[in-house]
Amino acid sequence: MTPAASRRPPDGSAPAAALTLRTRLQILFRLHAVQGAWNYELLSGTGIGFCMEPALRFLPGGYDGPAYRAALARQSQYFNCHPYLAGVAVGALATAELAGEAPERIERFRTALCGPLGSLGDRLVWAAWLPLCSLLGLAAFAVGASWWAVLLVFLGTYNVGHLALRAWGLRIGLDAGLKVSSRLGAPVLRDGPEWLLRAGALIGGLALPFALFRLMGPGRTLLWTVLAVVALGGVLISRLHGRLEGWRLALVVLTAVALYSLVR
Amino acid sequence: MNLEAFLPLVLLGALLGLDVVSFPQAMISRPLAASTLAGLVMGAPESGLLVGAALELIALETLPFGASRYPEWGSAAVVGGALFASQPMGRAGSLTLAVLGALATAWIGGGSMVALRRLNARRAQSARAAVDAGSWHAVRQLMLGGIVLDLVRGGLITALGLAVLVPVMRAAIGTWTLSQDVSRAAAVAMLASVTAAACWRLFHASRPARWLFAGGLAASLALLALR
Repeated sequence: MTPAASRRPPDGSAPAAALTLRTRLQILFRLHAVQGAWNYELLSGTGIGFCMEPALRFLPGGYDGPAYRAALARQSQYFNCHPYLAGVAVGALATAELAGEAPERIERFRTALCGPLGSLGDRLVWAAWLPLCSLLGLAAFAVGASWWAVLLVFLGTYNVGHLALRAWGLRIGLDAGLKVSSRLGAPVLRDGPEWLLRAGALIGGLALPFALFRLMGPGRTLLWTVLAVVALGGVLISRLHGRLEGWRLALVVLTAVALYSLVR
Repeated sequence: MNLEAFLPLVLLGALLGLDVVSFPQAMISRPLAASTLAGLVMGAPESGLLVGAALELIALETLPFGASRYPEWGSAAVVGGALFASQPMGRAGSLTLAVLGALATAWIGGGSMVALRRLNARRAQSARAAVDAGSWHAVRQLMLGGIVLDLVRGGLITALGLAVLVPVMRAAIGTWTLSQDVSRAAAVAMLASVTAAACWRLFHASRPARWLFAGGLAASLALLALR
């Protein structure tokens, strides 16, 4: 028996349900590197093929067989989605490949997945979960928590959600295959971002003034002046949104402050 | 800065630069964590946390949506944390200069990420025939090559930032004339203005979120006034 053949289950071809735990863990681990070769041509395409590869070894012919090569080539083309939800695509497409779906159907499905997985992930993770956890970390800082407690709050909370989302995405993808889109309409995904946003808003409102208080240290006597400047500056930067990025403005203003302090 | 601190910081910057996009995106590269870890390497984690919190305020504005261009905070926050932790706590101008150094590094780091993405595209084009033929070797080479290049990129940005900014900071801090409270207040006011605008952008579309933010803000300001 060749090493390639030994990687396949004894019955030849395999549905996704027959994927071993080891294969699933391999895919899950590789999903953390799905953007390792991210570029402006294929976006995450190469990463999708890379992550799915352990499952493709279960195709008839095994590793490096014609079915394996055709599927790997198909799955390494252009693809765009949120990295944490790439598991949904990888799982669903792997199931479709193992079920022997027609290549044209797989490619149509692959194209259709890009938009929903991108927008859902952006709303759920980048616009809600990350800001919530970041504000939670700042809240821990604001109440005077030590460095390790702040790290624990921020990284611990964030990564519980992060890892759970990646594992859940892969599981529903493998389970549902081409029917995965129905699972993406779950109420928790539909309403979750709004609830996370509300929690982040409350925590942010409560924590930010105290975080500024701790950051100012000896300058606390100027706290109310600083808060007035922040209110005005915040309005100004909001008005200039789209024309000016706040971090670039901060770079310019702090350079001016430094130059003033050095040459006066 | 001696070599014993420089090399671990470069390694940390490389790993955290990698975390931004390539692997594993666990947000250890966010300033709150990255600067604190840099401070830990320097033996002053609380200093690292302070500059990390300051940078986190501004990083709230630059969330990594899709293919958008954004500053690279991983290696930049390591540089900022190391710069601040290299000064005695409370030295006038140290927070302003450390934040400034981190912002400049983040700017250059963001540009280096764009360059790397273009390089990855060229590598993908040159390997296209092999990938189209279903070669696992070609796919693996593209992925591992991209990850290694990103690791090297983060390390180089950190090394460059430290090599240039540590002497600049040392020279600038010696001639800094603004008092500690004024320079600290100026830096915090600028960073918090960016945060205020970022929070408005995040929360204004949801009416309940808007009210919760305003309510939380009013409550905490009242508590501060009563202190």
